Amino acid sequence: MPADDVLVTIKDLHTCFHLAEGVVRAVDGVDLEIRRGRTLGVVGESGCGKSVTALSLLRLVPVPGRIESGEILYYRTVRESAPSAMADVVNITALQPNSREMRDIRGNHISMVFQEPMTAMSPVRTVGRQIIEAITLHQKVGEAEARERAIDMLARVKMPEPEQTIDNYPFQLSGGMRQRAVIAMALCCHPSLLIADEPTTALDVTTEAQILDLMRVLQDDLGMAIMYITHNLGVIAEMAEEVAVMYLGKIVEQTDVHSIFFHPLHPYTQGLLASIPQLDDSIVRSDRRRRLQTISGMVPDPYSRLTGCTFHPRCPDMIAGVCDQVEPQVIEAEEGHFVRCHLYDS
Amino acid sequence: MSDQASQNGPLLEVIELKKYFPIQRGFLKRTVGHVRAVDGVSFYVMEGETLGLVGESGCGKTTTGRSILRAIPPTSGRVLFSDPILGHVDVTTLDHDQLRQIRRSIRLIFQDPYASLNPRMTLLDIVGAPVRAMGIARGKQLEERVAQVLELVGLRPEYMRRYPHAFSGGQRQRIGIARALAPNPMFVVCDEPVSALDVSVQAQILNLLKDLQEQMGLTYLFIAHDLSVVAHISDRVAVMYVGKLVELASTAELFAHPKHPYTEALMSAIPRPDPTPREKRILLRGEVANPANPPSGCYFHPRCTYAKDICSAEEPAFEEVSQDHYVKCHFGKELSLAGAARMPL
Repeated sequence: MPADDVLVTIKDLHTCFHLAEGVVRAVDGVDLEIRRGRTLGVVGESGCGKSVTALSLLRLVPVPGRIESGEILYYRTVRESAPSAMADVVNITALQPNSREMRDIRGNHISMVFQEPMTAMSPVRTVGRQIIEAITLHQKVGEAEARERAIDMLARVKMPEPEQTIDNYPFQLSGGMRQRAVIAMALCCHPSLLIADEPTTALDVTTEAQILDLMRVLQDDLGMAIMYITHNLGVIAEMAEEVAVMYLGKIVEQTDVHSIFFHPLHPYTQGLLASIPQLDDSIVRSDRRRRLQTISGMVPDPYSRLTGCTFHPRCPDMIAGVCDQVEPQVIEAEEGHFVRCHLYDS
Repeated sequence: MSDQASQNGPLLEVIELKKYFPIQRGFLKRTVGHVRAVDGVSFYVMEGETLGLVGESGCGKTTTGRSILRAIPPTSGRVLFSDPILGHVDVTTLDHDQLRQIRRSIRLIFQDPYASLNPRMTLLDIVGAPVRAMGIARGKQLEERVAQVLELVGLRPEYMRRYPHAFSGGQRQRIGIARALAPNPMFVVCDEPVSALDVSVQAQILNLLKDLQEQMGLTYLFIAHDLSVVAHISDRVAVMYVGKLVELASTAELFAHPKHPYTEALMSAIPRPDPTPREKRILLRGEVANPANPPSGCYFHPRCTYAKDICSAEEPAFEEVSQDHYVKCHFGKELSLAGAARMPL
């Protein structure tokens, strides 16, 4: 029995895409735990499966992808406002994607903010229409009440003049404002989990800073858990409490945010951190020939299946005969610090 | 012009460059206003150096870069370039043939490695196109040149007959760089060359650009929105806001002692890969001004925490406040602003 504060448990999740060219194992055995009110950062390069993990959680994996095996357990929050016939523990993988139970969870208990604020909203309906729809779908309230709640939510995401903006179309808003509207839509039913999939990647830095700040304030107010997906380690350092690093569909390292940055164990995490240009260096050092450390090679193509550790062709610490032969298991190298690497086999 | 002058002076000098895009309405396409994408930008780039140009989307940095090659014809202003064949010329007044020559010397690297390569052309066609068009080489020689350039950017010459779809994002960006370098240019405008790439690949491309600069003696105008990338690669950095330069200084000086409040806010806004809590970051109010209808006085004043009455009334001049440090702010000399250096806890 998991601890009380566990909200979602993902156990050995496999999500695959069967394509003409072969099978893409986008998510290849992911174990994760999301705790109530906490922020889990998921970081990795493009194609590592971080978005597909999130989509699996909402049962929104696009065809031809499907969940092959594994379990996603959602520990439902009991609410007075909307009693339903659901059990306290819901196995999301057992539900039909379009079933009533799944639709009740999606957008209500678990909601999502996408990367592109332009494509996440319908261009032909007003911002208000889209938020009100989400409210009336999940809560037993009338149109007028829903509109009031929508305005209230827009005010909470610091939308200027929410009474007027609610009747605007998405194209009338700037990128930052649109992302605020999308966040308002995601939060209007007070979800217990908000999945944020690169919500600030399409925004400018000053706008990004505003949105990150807003999300932290809203988390304090509403107490939801956040699963924050990004490729940007800077954003991870700002937002996350726990961090999971993904590579080729697997979590290679997972621990608290301080250990990830100050004491990374997996060679991939170490390589990622070393390859970011550091601002401080450019002030102190004026050496023109200074180079960034890189991870050699590149992410292999998604159809290939590597034996042993999937990172071994790029790994500087590769142990011949071990890493390319035996698949490493997750080990708790230090307390609360999980790593999938042979270097730490005892 | 004599070689002497070009060696002592800057390789490229941009003077009061402006580009206004007309806003047209109605059936008769009446011009109802102008988007001032670039509004009086001046800077110079010395031979062999890298000038970084940073700013948020829509501030006019790409338009500036493209105006230098006249890929976008500028509304007014001068772009002076010291070409090895043409001599010291103003790019904005060149005729068709001279422009062809200039585009051999000044090249462009694009942001999106997926959109900037024709999927129906092989690498030989893509990288060889500028070489052939400029009459530098043909046939066997052309192939040799392409092989040479591909090797230079870290791609195997055997890939010459392949199409772009067979390559990853990082490799595609290498192809784009090879295409830019094929005619052996002097000056390269790098327009966000690493923004579309993953961090580990981004580091590879940044290193490649540095190596190539050293080997070929290239001069770069490096356009980006990511301050840490710009800080890494540039010798000097120019910060742009709504069509105007607001600050220009050497990299070390700019990041240690910024003089413009916008530069300070930009630096404060970057998410740093360090979970240690830092001082409260500066959150700018509101949004970037509309370049079609900019605010009065200093364009930054509605968002500036230090703004006083004069800021909304008068436009500040772009002045040198200390050696080679230019700022467009009424209080550039007085303000003491926080740089990007991390404060010890």
